[in-house]
Amino acid sequence: MADWGLVARSLMHSDAAGHWWRTLSMQDYNTRVVAAGVALLGAACGAVGAFMVLRRKALFGDAISHATLPGIGLAFILATAMGLPGKHLPILLAGAACTALVGMGVILLLRHRTRLPEDAALGIVLSVFFGAGVALLGVIQQMQGASAAGLESFIYGKTASMLAEDGRRIAICAAMLAAVCAMLFKEFRALCFDPAFARAQGWPVRALDAAMMGMVVAATVIGLQAVGLMLVVALLIVPPAAARFWTDDLRAMVLTSAALGAGSGVVGALWSAMEPNWPAGGVIVLVAAAAFIVSMLFGRARGVLHRFAAHLRLERRVDRQHVLRAMYEAGEQGREAAARSAADLARSGVVPPRRLARALAGLKREGALARLPDDRWILTPAGRALAARVVRNHRLWELYLIRYAAIAPTHVDRDADMIEHVLGHDMVAELERIMDSAGAQALHLESPHRIAPAGEGR
Amino acid sequence: MSAWTLIDAWIVATAILTALSCALLGNFLLVRRLSMMGDAITHAVLPGLAIAFLVTGSRDTAPMLIGAAVAGVLTAVLTQFISHAGRVEESASMGVVFTTLFALGLVLMVRAADKVDLDASCVLYGALELTPLDTVRLGGFDVPRAFVINAAALALNACVIGLLYKEFLVGAFDPMLSAAQGFRPQLMHQALMVLTAVTAVASFETVGSILVVAMLIVPAAAARLMTQRMPSMIAWSLLIAAASSVLGHLGAIEAPGWFGFRETSTAGMMAVAAGGWFGVALLFAPEQGLLAQALRRVGLRFRIGLEDALASLYRHEEARPAFRAGPSDFWLRRLWRRGLAEPGSKGWTLTARGRARAVELVRTHRLWERYLVDAANVRPDQAHHASERLEHITSSDLLDGLDTALDRPARDPHGRVIPRDSRPAP
Repeated sequence: MADWGLVARSLMHSDAAGHWWRTLSMQDYNTRVVAAGVALLGAACGAVGAFMVLRRKALFGDAISHATLPGIGLAFILATAMGLPGKHLPILLAGAACTALVGMGVILLLRHRTRLPEDAALGIVLSVFFGAGVALLGVIQQMQGASAAGLESFIYGKTASMLAEDGRRIAICAAMLAAVCAMLFKEFRALCFDPAFARAQGWPVRALDAAMMGMVVAATVIGLQAVGLMLVVALLIVPPAAARFWTDDLRAMVLTSAALGAGSGVVGALWSAMEPNWPAGGVIVLVAAAAFIVSMLFGRARGVLHRFAAHLRLERRVDRQHVLRAMYEAGEQGREAAARSAADLARSGVVPPRRLARALAGLKREGALARLPDDRWILTPAGRALAARVVRNHRLWELYLIRYAAIAPTHVDRDADMIEHVLGHDMVAELERIMDSAGAQALHLESPHRIAPAGEGR
Repeated sequence: MSAWTLIDAWIVATAILTALSCALLGNFLLVRRLSMMGDAITHAVLPGLAIAFLVTGSRDTAPMLIGAAVAGVLTAVLTQFISHAGRVEESASMGVVFTTLFALGLVLMVRAADKVDLDASCVLYGALELTPLDTVRLGGFDVPRAFVINAAALALNACVIGLLYKEFLVGAFDPMLSAAQGFRPQLMHQALMVLTAVTAVASFETVGSILVVAMLIVPAAAARLMTQRMPSMIAWSLLIAAASSVLGHLGAIEAPGWFGFRETSTAGMMAVAAGGWFGVALLFAPEQGLLAQALRRVGLRFRIGLEDALASLYRHEEARPAFRAGPSDFWLRRLWRRGLAEPGSKGWTLTARGRARAVELVRTHRLWERYLVDAANVRPDQAHHASERLEHITSSDLLDGLDTALDRPARDPHGRVIPRDSRPAP
C-alpha cells in the first residue's frame, strides 16, 4: 500500500528529504514528545497484555476499552454542567476510568455469579456500555455552546495532538504499571500458570485478579488519547501474542512484549509524522501486526518455521531408527538376510519410499550403514550397536505395554512405534528397572511377537 | 409518545428484524463460546468496505456487501488459521486478526479520503434513523431498503437454523458426538461463521455495528439466564431482542427530552435497552437470577440453623445434667412454631416429631465422623467440622449406605452412642 514511488520522489526532493531526516532524527520537539509517549504506552500495554494473553483473557481489554466511552461522555456533560472546561483531558480520562472500572465489576459479577461463558460477559459489557456511550455522544452533540467535536477522537485516537503534559501522564502511569508488575511478578506468574497453587499459598487470588484487570484499565485509559479505544486493544493483544513465539519464559516474554509494543509505537508514530494521511493509530497497529507475522514465522520458541524444522528433524530421526530396526531384525533372520537392497526396504514399507534415500544417506554419513558392491546395504559394527539399542527400546516398550497396559501382542508393535522415538534416557532406565523381572537385563531382547520376514511388509 | 410517526414505525420494524436475526444466531454463538466473534467480524469488515470503495469508486450496495462479507469470512478463517498454525489461543488470535484488519481499514479509509466520501463512524453507529428515507418499491409500497435486506437476512438465518437445528445443537454441546454421528462439526462451525458474517454485514450496513454486536450477544445471554433448554432459550432471546428494539427507540426519542434534548442515537439506546433487559433477567430470573440465588442461600442457611438447633436440643437431653448453653431463643421459637420442640417445666424439650428428625441428624453426624476417621484417615478431632456440614446434605439412601459400609457401628470416634431410633435418650 505504501506509495514507494512517492516516497522515492520525496526523498529526491531536497525539502522533503530534509523533513524526512528531521523527523527520523526527532529534531522536532513535538515529534520527540509523541514518539516517547507512544513508546511508553506501547511498552506498558505490551507488558500488561502479556499476562492477560497468557491467562486466555486477551479480549478483556476489548470490553474495557469500549466501556470507557460512556465515562468520557458523562464526564464531559458533568464538567460542562458544573462550569468546568468539558474537554479538559484529565477530567475526561477520570470519567473513562470510572465506567471502565464499573464494566470490570460487571464482568467479575457475571463471572462469579452466573453460568454465562466469560466471553459472553465481555460482549455484554462491550456492547451495552458502548451503546450507552454512543447515545450520550448523540446527546452531547446537541448541547449548546459546548463543542463536542473532539470527543470522537477518543474512538480513533489523535496521536499527533499529544502534548508534553500528556507524555508526562503516560510516563507516570507506565512507571507505576511497571512497578506493580515487578512487585507482583511472582504472584502474577502463579495466576497465569497455576491458579490452584496461588490459592494454596493463601494469596488473595481474587484481589490479584482484580489488580491485574485494574492494570488493564489503567493502560487502556492512558492509551485512549494516543491510539483511541478501538486500537488500544491491539496494543494489549498483538505484541504479547507475538512475544509468545520467541520465548517460553514469562519474564522474557513480558520484556519482549514491552519492547515490541514500544518499537511498534515509535515506528508507527514516526511513519505517520513523516507522511501525511497515514493515521498514527492505524499505522502503529499495522507495524505491530507486521511484527506479529514475522514472529509467528521466525519465532525461536514456537514460531511456525522453528516448529516445522523440529518436526522435520524428528521425522528424519524416526526414519533412520526405523531403517536401523528393519536392518537389525533382518539380521536376526540369518546372515544371508542381513544385507538388504533399497528397493527391498522400500517394499517392506518401514519408511515412505520418498524419504528412504535420505534416511539411508544419513545413516551412511553416521557410519551406521555400509553399501555392499552389489548395492545392498548392511549394518556396520557401530550401526549394529546403535540398532541394538533402538530395537531394545522398542521391545522394552512392547513388553511394558503387554504387561501393564493390557495391549494385545499383535497390536503392540504399532503402539510402541508411536512412543519409542521420544523416550529419553531416564525413561529407558526406568523401563528397564520396571521390566527387571521380565529378564530384560540382557542387551538382546526377543521380540514378543512374530516379525515379518524381510520383504513381506509390516 | 409525543411524535410517533410512520417513520418511527419503520425504524422500529427494521430494528426488530435486525435484532431477531442477530439474536437467533446469538444463541448458538453463546453456547459455542463464540460470542466475541460477532464483535470481531463487525470490526473487521472495515477494510472490505474500504477496498470495495477503492475498487469501484462508488457506494453501491452490491460491491460493499461482497467486500464486507469476504472480510467477515476472512476474519473467521484467519482466526482459526493463526490459532492452529501458530498454536495461539483462540481469543488472542481473534484479537490479533480483527484489530489488524480494523487498523488496515482505518488507514485505507484515510488514504482514500480524497477519492471517496467514507466515514468509519457511519459504519460503527449506522444510520438507523435515516433508513426510512432510502426506499425501494415493493408491491406498490415504498419499503425501506434496510427493511428488505434485514428481512432477507432473518429469513436466511431462520431457514438455515430450522433445517440444521439438530446439527447445530449437537455440534455446540458435544462436538465428539456430532462427529461420531457424521454431522461434521467443523463444517457446522464454518457455516455458523459465514452466517454470522452475512448477518452482521446485512444489518450493520443499515443499523451500525453496535446494534449488531449487542443483539448477537445480549438477548441470548439474558435468555440463557432464564432457561436451560435451547428451544425456550431461543424463544426468550427473540422476545428480548424485539422488546429491546421497541424500548430502545422509545428511549432514544423520549429519554433525552427529560433533560431538555431532542433525541439521541436509536442504535445506542437499543443496546442500552438490551442491557436493561439483561439486568432484569440477571436479577429476577427464576433459577439463576441473583435474587433467586440469594433466596436459596437464605433458605439453606435457615434450614441449617433450624437443624443445628434441633440437634443441639437432642445433645442437651443426651448429656443431662451437665449441659451447656442451648440454642438461642430465636431458633427455639421457630422450632416451637413448627411443632418440633415445646417449652416445658424443665426447659425446652423435643416433641416426638422433633426427636425423630433430631435423631436422624445426630445419627448422620456421628456416622460421618466414624466414616471420616475409619475410612478417610481424618484425625478424630478434625472429623467434627466436616460432619457438621455433611449432616445437612445427606440423603437417607446415602445414610443407609454409610451405615452398611461401616458395619452398623454403635459408637462414634469420640465414644458417643450413634442413635438408631427415636426413643428418648436414656
